[in-house]
Amino acid sequence: MGVNRRKFLKIAGISTLGVAAKPAADAFGISPSEWLDKKLGGFTIPETLFHFFHKPAGLAPGEALTAKRWAMVVNVKHLDDEIAQACIDACHRAHNVPHIDNPRHEIKWIWHDEYEHVFPGQQDEHLTEDLKKLPFLVMCNHCFNPPCCRVCPTKATFKRKKDGIVLMDMHRCIGCRFCMAACPFGARSFNWIVPWPRAGEGRFEGDEPPTPEFPTRMKGVVEKCNFCAERLAKGQIPACVEAAQEACKKKGREPALVFGDLEDPDSEVRQLLRSNYAIRRKPELGSGPNIYYIV
Amino acid sequence: MLEKAFVGGRKYWIWLACLLGIIGIGFIMWLYQFRVGLGITGMGRDVSWGFYIGQFTFLVGVAAAGVMVVLPYYLIHYKPFARITILAEFMAIGAVTMCLLFILVDLGNPVRMINVLLHPTPRSILFWDMIVLNGYLFLNIFIGWNVLTAERKGSPPPGWIKPFIYISIPWAISIHTVTAYLYAGLPGRHFWLTAIMAPRFLASAFCSGPALLLLLALIVKRFTKFDPGKEQIRTLGSIITYALILNVFFFLCEIFTVFYSQIPGHMHHFNYLFMGHEGHGKLVPLMWTAFALMTAAIILLVPPVTRRNEGILTVACVLLFIGAWIDKGFGLVVGGFVPNPMERITEYWPTVPETLITLGVWATGFLIITLLYKVATSVKLEIGG
Repeated sequence: MGVNRRKFLKIAGISTLGVAAKPAADAFGISPSEWLDKKLGGFTIPETLFHFFHKPAGLAPGEALTAKRWAMVVNVKHLDDEIAQACIDACHRAHNVPHIDNPRHEIKWIWHDEYEHVFPGQQDEHLTEDLKKLPFLVMCNHCFNPPCCRVCPTKATFKRKKDGIVLMDMHRCIGCRFCMAACPFGARSFNWIVPWPRAGEGRFEGDEPPTPEFPTRMKGVVEKCNFCAERLAKGQIPACVEAAQEACKKKGREPALVFGDLEDPDSEVRQLLRSNYAIRRKPELGSGPNIYYIV
Repeated sequence: MLEKAFVGGRKYWIWLACLLGIIGIGFIMWLYQFRVGLGITGMGRDVSWGFYIGQFTFLVGVAAAGVMVVLPYYLIHYKPFARITILAEFMAIGAVTMCLLFILVDLGNPVRMINVLLHPTPRSILFWDMIVLNGYLFLNIFIGWNVLTAERKGSPPPGWIKPFIYISIPWAISIHTVTAYLYAGLPGRHFWLTAIMAPRFLASAFCSGPALLLLLALIVKRFTKFDPGKEQIRTLGSIITYALILNVFFFLCEIFTVFYSQIPGHMHHFNYLFMGHEGHGKLVPLMWTAFALMTAAIILLVPPVTRRNEGILTVACVLLFIGAWIDKGFGLVVGGFVPNPMERITEYWPTVPETLITLGVWATGFLIITLLYKVATSVKLEIGG
């Protein structure tokens, strides 16, 4: 829609205004567009109409990052506890994920665990020592064929057609938690209690949610990683990827998290996958995870 | 006809008052949950369904079991069941109501419940569950009430009710099949991912449901002048026995596949439930109790001598009902979540408010069953049954 806006304005402006406004403007001896500018405070009529009927996403075309199928590569060997924590903090800050002491009520969009828990069924007694200790970052896999979306009775969770991101409409979710039972990766969290410091048991670093422009949640809805859809729309890469790049750079390492379009053969993720052996979590279930791990 | 529910002796009113009291406590606790959130329960990130959904699952079975009386009467024309068909249908009404209430109390956002209708999603099994449960509730109210009204007037039930009765038979099977499909199609949950889930559900339903019906019939016999009949009780006893044996057989089929294949992910859940897993075994005593109760019930029910003794039959039904309740209302749901998809263990135990809400819902179901049974027995006595 954003892409077509300029074109729409052009055509609409020429056709309607050209006819209706020209005589009036001629009478004052100025050009029609100048006359309109004066009348509408810098806005053309179609522009005014456009804003009246259409609430803009606040984006100019071309600004957003787009892809056919977003994916992430986690280069585990470049991770350590500190980098992993930087990624987690960046994500949870960007999305106002509160800190909750009670592990049962915890909300996690991204966290880390050991190899044997991230890849159950692929455990190996004789796994290399470093692999055993590495912090495997885990999050929503943004599956190609997501079981969570299949079971949702209200389509509150859905796969976005244009780029494959699995999103949550937290204003529609009824809190049945069917998606949590369906997710094979434990990627979903539920707001068991009001996630606000004053009303519930959640805590933010300060008293207020750190990112005011991102909505906070109410109790009784499910939430999870959204691949930073709100940042992509502004042309920014996901918060965890950005944090990983910075943290890795400081330590002189290659970036541990790489984000890109899986359907673009020239994308960074495809290049990495071409030259490295990567595994995914529980591929045998056929959900088609879009997070790859180079081990 | 409903006025008959409001005529009763002292014991009847005390019983109603007790139920209302429990409902009241449950309702206050639910208001508390509504205000604070589902965090007041024992559920959490890993065990995200608990007691509520367990009761729901178990009670769908109890509701479906009404068909075990309706089918022999209407389809096979087994005449003696004419006397108790209405009891089976009214029990189903109470049970389905409890099912719907358990879903309601389990929702994080009950005020948005209508979204299921505003955004109908046929690919979700929960959508179908909503349809079959509400449909079944409607069918039972509709059929039960019409047949009883006709009976009171001394005329046969109207002809147009027949199609509804025939539809209600497969419909009863469908409610428990669809409920099993809620679980049996989830790719990451090995404990539930089994084709025998629906047959197992039906078998356990067809023993525990008629067992409850039998107990209710005996209570009716004791407290009213209406006698459901000796043969009826005896036939119910046989149905219960067959279904119980099938239930145990299906369970053993499951055990064979899991433990002969020895796939770890499949064994973990059974290990957790029956042996304890990595030092966690909160449910072990409970699961063995269920197993022992079921076994005892089989021993009491299989020999005709003991089964035909009404006292022993009653005991067996109580044992079986509790056993099936633990197995399905607790072990089945919780066992599927432990260990979690990352093979970590978080145990579950219901909290006090959660238990009180659960009791409140049960009391609501029993209140409905009491009122409806009062009507049914009064009508039956009035026409000289």
